[in-house]
Amino acid sequence: MSKSKINISNLKLWYGEDEALHGIDLDIADKKITSFIGPSGCGKSTLLRCMNRMNDHIPSCRIEGEILLDGEDIYAPAIDVVQLRTHVGMVFQKPNPFPKSIYENVAYAPRIHGLARKGDDMDELVETSLKKASLWNEVKEKLHQPGTALSGGQQQRLCIARTIAVKPEVILMDEPCSALDPIASAKIEELMDELKNEFTIIIVTHSMQQAARVSDNTAFFYMGNLIEFGKTGALFTQPQQKQTEDYITGRFG
Amino acid sequence: MNNQASQQRLNRRYRFEKLFKASAIAALTLAASFLIFFFYTMISQGFSALSQTEILVEVHYNEASQKSYKKAVDKSYRKIVSRGWLRTLPLYMEDHPEIVGTSKMQWVTATGDVDQYMKGKPNRLKSKYKKQIDQLQSEGKVKLAFNVNFFTNGDSKMPELAGIKSALVGSILVLLVTMFVALPIGVMTAVYLEEFAPDNRITQVIEVNINNLAAIPSILFGLLGLAIFINFFGVPRSSAIAGGLTLALMTLPIVIITTRAALRAVPHTIREAAYGLGASRWQTVWHHVLPLAFPGILTGSIIGLAQAMGETAPLLIVGMMAYIPDTPTGFTEAATVLPAQIFTWAGESIRAYEERTAAAILVLLSILLSMNSFAVWLRKRFEVRW
Repeated sequence: MSKSKINISNLKLWYGEDEALHGIDLDIADKKITSFIGPSGCGKSTLLRCMNRMNDHIPSCRIEGEILLDGEDIYAPAIDVVQLRTHVGMVFQKPNPFPKSIYENVAYAPRIHGLARKGDDMDELVETSLKKASLWNEVKEKLHQPGTALSGGQQQRLCIARTIAVKPEVILMDEPCSALDPIASAKIEELMDELKNEFTIIIVTHSMQQAARVSDNTAFFYMGNLIEFGKTGALFTQPQQKQTEDYITGRFG
Repeated sequence: MNNQASQQRLNRRYRFEKLFKASAIAALTLAASFLIFFFYTMISQGFSALSQTEILVEVHYNEASQKSYKKAVDKSYRKIVSRGWLRTLPLYMEDHPEIVGTSKMQWVTATGDVDQYMKGKPNRLKSKYKKQIDQLQSEGKVKLAFNVNFFTNGDSKMPELAGIKSALVGSILVLLVTMFVALPIGVMTAVYLEEFAPDNRITQVIEVNINNLAAIPSILFGLLGLAIFINFFGVPRSSAIAGGLTLALMTLPIVIITTRAALRAVPHTIREAAYGLGASRWQTVWHHVLPLAFPGILTGSIIGLAQAMGETAPLLIVGMMAYIPDTPTGFTEAATVLPAQIFTWAGESIRAYEERTAAAILVLLSILLSMNSFAVWLRKRFEVRW
């Protein structure tokens, strides 16, 4: 496997008294797409949210173990959450553009982080971000119309553009296509394939076909445990574990 | 499919639905008829207060009338011309010395009893004056004119001169104080409780208490205001600032509760989106959540303020149920408010106050209605759809 970007070791997570993750060890490869699969409630989204500390907002959530981003513990006291999230961006399940213009949606994060000055600088950043999200051609005429007026698939790509604008190293995608139709999903998948040259992408998905199509590596979770992790091709064709095989062949889940 | 038992069940269901619908319509009709009846009484009673009887009289501006204002009109008119109006003459002559020594025919405000007699309402006018008025009327020397006094005067012991101006200005001053105290504190409290505060015992206790405060009888807030603002901080009693602060105490829980509801209505996905982009908590709230909650906060606040505007009981305790003939010009001067003015007039024994009470209610109602429609308009105007 190539150089790893994120190292997770013995990660345990509790929601109140319930242990949701039972000691996960996982290395995420740099500039590759890693997909997390598994039945609902298996902890894959929870793990994803640990990587940009979105779980911080849940008061009852408690974490043990460590997650290293480029060798640095992201749960160390010296790490600023806000800073971390500029390195690890996130795209959510339901497209959630701000109820503002398309331009504003993309320009917001660079502005609060001081990544571009107002004016030409920002215009350029907005344009490149939208181009990278293959949305530019569809919206360049209506940058100042509300982002919420776009179609679902376009909204999701706008959310991706918004994330890219911060120039993160890792993009977390939490079931990004679950609210989209097959054509819009195909576009997002195509886009992910282009993006992996620049970013490390981790995607949680319920669609095994999607995981098989887009990802380089796949991790299968079950009941808060990492059951199997490996090259996508190998995992889908020759699963080493019985549970993995049962799941991908549709015997349960 | 069509057997008898299921048909019966179906009929029963439809019957119940019809019954439910009919009772809902009946309730609605009853409520609407109460409302119509209320408006009808208020308008039919209050409308006549918009006009006031005036009499064409020769007024003498001379030294005698400067010493004794009664002498400004001929003796036969002294009982039908408003004494309150005559009383203003010496001062008027002092300000306009050139007029002294002249006399002229002019329209003069009549007494309340003459006014009531003209409007065909119960009055205590003696029959000889009634005859005099009838006589004057046939000569065209009596008329009903627009009641300017009602809008330009403060309270008066003579109904023909009594107006709502001081109460209206008092209400506005009180409301300003309430707004500038209750809104910022209430909104910030709600933002803190909803977006920042940890969910622990202390915040739970605070939450329960806020909800309780919203349900406390308003007169208790008056006692609280008396104890804190007047007795402890020494705020002048009867002043707009004392009343405004007291009402702010009462409005605060309403503002907090409606603001929290508005904040909670902002979808969680918006917060996640902002957090995911590395916005801090404050930035998330300030840039995204508050603007989306703004219309709801505004609507709730305006309705809270409208409620404060119609409130009487707590103001009773801080001394705002007062006789205020002069319009207050500052927040520390003695003032009264519209509902208090209505209450005072409603208790007057002179019949001419009755129509003025109704007219003041109409003024108060139209202010409240326009505030509420403004709130609805704002909500429609700023509502964001996604």
